[in-house]
Amino acid sequence: MVTQNATLKSKEELMEKLRQPEVITGSEILLRSLVLEGVDCVFGYPGGAVLYIYDAMHGFSDFNHVLTRHEQGAIHAADGYARASGKVGVCIATSGPGATNLVTGIATAYMDSVPLVVITGNVISSLIGTDAFQEADITGITMPITKHSYLVRDVEDLPRIIHEAFHIANTGRKGPVLIDIPKDVSANKTLFKPVTEVSIRGYNPTVSPNKLQVDKMIKAIAEAERPLILAGGGVIYSGAHEELHEFVKKTDIPITTTLLGLGAFPSGDDLFLGMPGMHGTYTANKSIQKADLLINIGARFDDRVTGKLSGFAPHAKIIHIDIDPAEIGKNVPTDIPIVGDVKTVLQIANLQAKRAEKADAWRAELLASKAQYPFSYKDSEDELKPQWVVEMLHETTNGDAIVTTDVGQHQMWAAQFYKFNKPRSWVTSGGLGTMGFGFPSAIGAQMANPDRLVISINGDGGMQMCAQELAICAINNIPVKVVILNNQVLGMVRQWQELIYDNRYSHIDLSGSPDFVKLSEAYGVKGFRATNKEEAKAVWEEALRHPGPAVVEFVVRKEENVYPMVAQGSTIDEMIMGDAE
Amino acid sequence: MIKHTIAVIVNDQPGVLQRVSGLFGRRGFNIESITVGTSEEVGLSRMVIVTTGDEQTLEQITKQLYKLIDVIKVIHLSSNPIVARELALIKVSAEPAARPEIFGVVETFRAAVVDIGTHSVMVQVVGDTEKIDAMVELLKPYGIRELSRTGVTALNRGNSR
Ligand SMILES: Cc1ncc(C[n+]2csc(CCOP(=O)(O)OP(=O)(O)O)c2C)c(N)n1
Repeated sequence: MVTQNATLKSKEELMEKLRQPEVITGSEILLRSLVLEGVDCVFGYPGGAVLYIYDAMHGFSDFNHVLTRHEQGAIHAADGYARASGKVGVCIATSGPGATNLVTGIATAYMDSVPLVVITGNVISSLIGTDAFQEADITGITMPITKHSYLVRDVEDLPRIIHEAFHIANTGRKGPVLIDIPKDVSANKTLFKPVTEVSIRGYNPTVSPNKLQVDKMIKAIAEAERPLILAGGGVIYSGAHEELHEFVKKTDIPITTTLLGLGAFPSGDDLFLGMPGMHGTYTANKSIQKADLLINIGARFDDRVTGKLSGFAPHAKIIHIDIDPAEIGKNVPTDIPIVGDVKTVLQIANLQAKRAEKADAWRAELLASKAQYPFSYKDSEDELKPQWVVEMLHETTNGDAIVTTDVGQHQMWAAQFYKFNKPRSWVTSGGLGTMGFGFPSAIGAQMANPDRLVISINGDGGMQMCAQELAICAINNIPVKVVILNNQVLGMVRQWQELIYDNRYSHIDLSGSPDFVKLSEAYGVKGFRATNKEEAKAVWEEALRHPGPAVVEFVVRKEENVYPMVAQGSTIDEMIMGDAE
Repeated sequence: MIKHTIAVIVNDQPGVLQRVSGLFGRRGFNIESITVGTSEEVGLSRMVIVTTGDEQTLEQITKQLYKLIDVIKVIHLSSNPIVARELALIKVSAEPAARPEIFGVVETFRAAVVDIGTHSVMVQVVGDTEKIDAMVELLKPYGIRELSRTGVTALNRGNSR
C-alpha cells in the first residue's frame, strides 16, 4: 500500500503550518482545508474544470490521492472508506461528465446515510448557464440525492463552505454533501484563515432524547410479553454497538438486525435472530409478526424489511428511535417516538433498563425456532454451491474480515452465511442496491484499514460494472481479495424470473463475460479459478497467502436460489422456504 | 382532503425554491399554490405554500422540510386564524356596451378596473381564494381572455407569531 506522509514531519507540525493565515488560491485552500478536516485519502479523476486543483496537488503529499479509472469507482471507493472507518469519504471529479458519473454513487451514499464530501469542478462562473463545454448543473441534478449542496460563488466563502460541508455530512443523519467549485474560484486568491466553528441557522440535529419518552419505553418493556429489538445501520453510524449490547443484555430482549445493521450485534449470541425481511431468517420474520413490542433502533422500516406494510408487526406496540424525525411515522405508525442520537438514547436508557421479566416463554420459543430454522441449503459434491463458498470464506477468516458486496444473490448469501460480530465489517449497498459498488468500495475500505483483511464478494454481472479499478489495486498494491461467485447469469434477476415470471428467462445470460483470471492478470492482479470444493479451498488459501490483491473466481451452480424469500406484496411471515429446508 | 396553508422561512440562498418545490414533487406532496418573497428579516425569505393532505401527510411535509439545511422554520398557518390573500388580474372581453355591467360586478367585489382597452378591460381583485374564484365565475360569461393569479400569501392574525 502507499504509505502516507512519506516525509517525516509530524502531524501537529503540519497542522500548525497549515493554520497560518496566508494568501493562496482556492485550490490550495481546498487542499489545506481537507488536511485540516483530517482527510488522509481522496479518490478522484481530473479534468479541465479541476485543473487548478490538480495542479495544486502536484508533488503534494499531505494526503493520498488515488486516481481511479472511472468517477464511479472513485465515489464508491470514498463510500467504502467512510462506511469502514466512520470518517468522511472524499472524492473529486471534474465538471459535466465527470460530475454526472458520480450520480449513482451519490445516490447510493444518500440512501444509506453515508457521510461524503463530494467535490466537483464547474466551468468558470461567467460561463455558468450558457451550456458551456462540459457544463452540467450538478447541484441541480443531485439536489434530491444530497443532504446539502453548495455552488461556490466566491473564493472567500470556500473555507467556511468546506468546514460546513464536513460538519453537515457527519452529524445528525449523515449523508453526502456536494461542493461545486467553478474553475475561476479554484484559481482566485484570497487570505486563507482556517474556519474552526460552524453556525448554521436552522441546522440543529436533536441528539438528546425526550426523557419522558425514554421512560415510556422502559415501562413498555416491563409490560411486554413478546418484545423484540430491530436494530439498523443507525446503531453502527452513531458508534452505539456497545451501548446496544448493554441494552440487549440488561433487558434480555431478542434482537434482529437489518442488512445494514449486520455487525451491530454479535451474530453468535443466543438472543440474535439473524436479519429480517425479504431474505431474512424464518425466526426473525415470524418474531416480528408475533411481537407485542417492537423497538426499532436506528432502522427505517424499509420495504425490503417490512414486506406488505399493512400486515407488518400487526400486534406490536412500536417504539422508534431515530436521529431523523422524518423517519418516525413515515412508513409505520409509531406509539413511542424517540428522536435522538442512538448512542445517546441508549446511554440514557441503559441507566434504567431492566430485564423484560414477562418474556421468558418468548425467549425460549425463539431460541427453539432459531435452532429449527437456520439458514440452510442443499450442498452438492459435484457443483460448487455459493453458500458453501461463503461459509468457507467465513471459516478461513474466523469471521474477522471486512466484507464488501455487490448487489444480487451473492449479496444475500454473504449476509446470510458470513457471520458478523463487529461493526464496520460489512459494507453493502442496501437502500439503492447499486451494482458496481462491491469492488471499488472494497478499495476504499482497505485504504481506511490497511492492516485488515478485506474481501469483496461480487457476482459475475456486477463485477463487470467497475472492473477497471483492478488497475488501482495493482498499481497501489491494495491487497483486496476479490471473490466472484460466477453463476453465468444475472442471478437475482434469474431467480425472480423463475419464481415470479414463470421461468420466462429474459436477458439474463452473461455469456461473453471475460475470462476473469485473464482479465485480472491483464491488469497485473493475481487471478484464480475454482470449479469444485477441493480447488476452491486450495486457491482460496493461496489467494489469502498472496500478499497483494487477488481475484478468485468460483464457478458456482447457476440455478441456485436465495431462500427464504418473501415475494413483494406479501407479509414477511409468508416465506417461500424453497429447497433450503 | 384538507387544505393546509404553511409558511416556510428559508435562508435566502440560490436554489432554495428548487429545493423546496423539488421536495414536494419528489415525495408526492401536492402544491396548490406557492408564493415566495422577502420576510421581516434580511437574508430570510418567506414561502407560503397551500397544500392538501391528511394530518399524517402534513406532519411528513413539515418533517421533510426541516431536513433541508436552508429551512429555518415551518409554520402551520391554517391551524390558527389567518389572513390569507391572493391577487388576480383578469382581462375580460368588454365591448363598450357590456362595460357598465362588468363595472357593476367589480364594484360589488370591491375590485378595481386597472386598464381599459378598446375591446377589453383588466380587473384586479384581491381577497381569499374563494372570493377570487367567485369573481372569476362571474366574469366568465363575458369572456375571460387572460387570467393571472398570484397564489396565496398569508399571516396569522393578531399577536401570535
Ligand atoms: C446498476 C444496477 N443495475 C441493475 C440492477 C438490477 N439487478 C439487481 S440484482 C441483478 C443481478 C446481479 O447479477 P450478478 O452480478 O451476476 O449477481 P448474482 O445475483 O448472480 O449474484 C440486477 C441486474 C441493479 N441492482 N443495479
